[in-house]
Amino acid sequence: MQRFLTPNALRTLLPVLSLAALLGAIFYLQPRTMSYFGLNLLLNLAVPIALATIAQMFILCVNDLDLSLGAFISLTACITATWLFDTPFLGILALLACIAAYGVMGALIHLRNLPSIVVTLGMSFVWTGIAVLILPTPGGSAPDWIRTLMTLKPAFVPFPIIASVVIALVVHIGLMRSATGAVLRGAGGNPKSVERAGWSLLRVKVTMFSLAGLFGVLSGMALVGLTTSADANIALRYTLLSIAGGILGGGEFVGGRVSPIGAVIGAITLALAGSFLSFLRLNPDWQIGAQGAILILVLALRLLISARENRS
Amino acid sequence: MRDKALVSMSGVEKSFGAARALTGVDLEVARGACVGLVGHNGAGKSTLMNVLSGVIKADAGHVSIGGEPLDASYDTARAASLGVRTVFQELSLCPNLTVAENLRISHPSIKGFGWRKSARNVIADQLDQMFPGHGISADAEVGSLSIAQRQIVEIARAFSKVESSIELVILDEPTSSLDQNTAAQLVAFVRSFVADGGSVILISHLLGEILEASDQIVVMKDGRTVAVDAASNFDRDRLVRDMGDVLTETSKFGGRASTKQNAPAVISGGELTVYPGEIIGFAGLSGHGQTDTLVRIFEASQGARNTLSVSEPAVFVAGDRQTDGVFPLWSISQNIFVSSLERLTKGLAINFAQAEDEAQQWQKTLSIRTPDMKNNILSLSGGNQQKALFARALGAKAPIILMDDPMRGVDVGTKQDVYEILSQEAEKGRALVWYTTETDELKHCDRVYVFREGKIMAELSGDDLTEANILSNSFDKEDA
Repeated sequence: MQRFLTPNALRTLLPVLSLAALLGAIFYLQPRTMSYFGLNLLLNLAVPIALATIAQMFILCVNDLDLSLGAFISLTACITATWLFDTPFLGILALLACIAAYGVMGALIHLRNLPSIVVTLGMSFVWTGIAVLILPTPGGSAPDWIRTLMTLKPAFVPFPIIASVVIALVVHIGLMRSATGAVLRGAGGNPKSVERAGWSLLRVKVTMFSLAGLFGVLSGMALVGLTTSADANIALRYTLLSIAGGILGGGEFVGGRVSPIGAVIGAITLALAGSFLSFLRLNPDWQIGAQGAILILVLALRLLISARENRS
Repeated sequence: MRDKALVSMSGVEKSFGAARALTGVDLEVARGACVGLVGHNGAGKSTLMNVLSGVIKADAGHVSIGGEPLDASYDTARAASLGVRTVFQELSLCPNLTVAENLRISHPSIKGFGWRKSARNVIADQLDQMFPGHGISADAEVGSLSIAQRQIVEIARAFSKVESSIELVILDEPTSSLDQNTAAQLVAFVRSFVADGGSVILISHLLGEILEASDQIVVMKDGRTVAVDAASNFDRDRLVRDMGDVLTETSKFGGRASTKQNAPAVISGGELTVYPGEIIGFAGLSGHGQTDTLVRIFEASQGARNTLSVSEPAVFVAGDRQTDGVFPLWSISQNIFVSSLERLTKGLAINFAQAEDEAQQWQKTLSIRTPDMKNNILSLSGGNQQKALFARALGAKAPIILMDDPMRGVDVGTKQDVYEILSQEAEKGRALVWYTTETDELKHCDRVYVFREGKIMAELSGDDLTEANILSNSFDKEDA
């Protein structure tokens, strides 16, 4: 029993339980969602949110916070819907440049010892500005192959579920199981010790920010694949969704404690929360607040768990 | 054994701003020898070791390892490749990783498919070899371990053999959180390690341990070495004299008489009773419930309902200063007067002049080594930070002081001053509850509770309060 309920196990278990509870409530309210088609519809938008949450998780892992993620994903969505559609080569170059820019941002934050909140908040205006320049009015179109991928209808299991599992597992193996991943996470837990062991913290930061950039780009592409067009503000709310998803999934703001599987589950939970509230016939204006309430509820549960653990 | 020195340092200097931490230090470490390094807090021991392990660069002087002179490009990675391993005074494990993953951090050669398994095996074997009966799982998250267990893991990690060579292990206060039994295991391992040709530099304030483990002893004072000699030529008195102290320790166990039990008890519950004016010791092997009990007393004083009843407010001197001691962004004086804000507040404003005044006085009383109390708390050496935490607790006027192994990394001279202050505070009617991993400190207590497996096994006072009784109650009767 003691062995089974380690802090780690509890951290992973809680997001799973909250997702199960939410799904149960949705199935109860609207039994028709309990089908291939229903799940597909419910979870469609979860894929870009899951990718964004993973991106944010990389940043959280090195004790930083990215307030520009939503703007960045909007930008990559705009690039995907315009350049990548019209001139694929230029589009790919631009998206690679976006990832590189994220790496540079990480280097800047590390070298100048700047608070990431300030740097990313500033950069969010830059991303939005470029996005507006690229796509002044909503429009563009999704490249066919992305559209095809995002609307795949595999047999038995809906695509969003497969995609979420693949994302979670790939990142889990890369970050939680690999030898390099241990160093990357260690840099969040005790940067001094990692540096003393001879690792370059600069490289760690640049790696983590570049990975965040990569997943931000993937999120933008996935989003365009679903919506078939973009606009400069399309993903602004992803900034807060990704932070909330990461924390909901068992991550913590400091100390390098993150969980990729939890983050994906957290993202899906938040995406489903919207549908759940619609099924309740709740006014959409209330939905953001209600999502916040769900977040507080889960975090309160987590506190209770750790309090009990301390007592035992 | 090759007789050529493994490490030779000469004329090493280092300044931090105006403070001269090292003023021309010479140090030689032979192959197959353990060098004990002693000195006051802030004498420059840790700084010297940081230079040797490549964490900081010296301003002047020569260092060579294995006959190879080191240049300006020397850093921690180069140190590792030369076989220099360090256990730093401030615990340097990643709390969010498992024990095995932490081994990987310090050993880049552990990688590829199946790395987790090999890391797990290496660290588990090393732990078993060095500290039999340690009870630490290689898959445990370090953050969930006690401070003593973390220290054990860190030591075992430094001695772990993976591809890279291991020539010299620097142990900076390795036993500060360990109980006597574990510390003895470490000393035994160090002896067998140097017998096999390895070298060790051991820094400790526990002089008995230094005398037992070392072949040669170097005494540092004010940033330079003041005495170098074979360990057999030293004894306790000479060490203390060379460090610049006079050993006034004449007390013996049970020397303090316990006659203050007239007033009503301030702490009571179960087997535990504490009266005002008493100094109560908590003894036993580390991690057997002493800290938990202190925390429960503290919580009860804050109004939490548990099995204890505590009638007066309490303050807490943390032993794990990194986790629950210092406010890392604040100055030394802010760290001290944070506990006295209520007293120092006039209307809505803090009386900063008085606060700084009091901080100055504490600097004098506890000889906190710093040019300016307004410096950041982290500019102090470990032992001096601990002094600041003491000042914080003594400055608050709470009638109960709870101390969680507070003398970790504090030098002999200051310890004696603190003992004196503690007994003065007890005279004034404050109740002190003191958990310590050093049996000698229990001499300053009226009564001692010995803990084992979370329970109080014995209450000792007067003639019963002997080292033998403490030890025999610390261990299971079957083991002993």
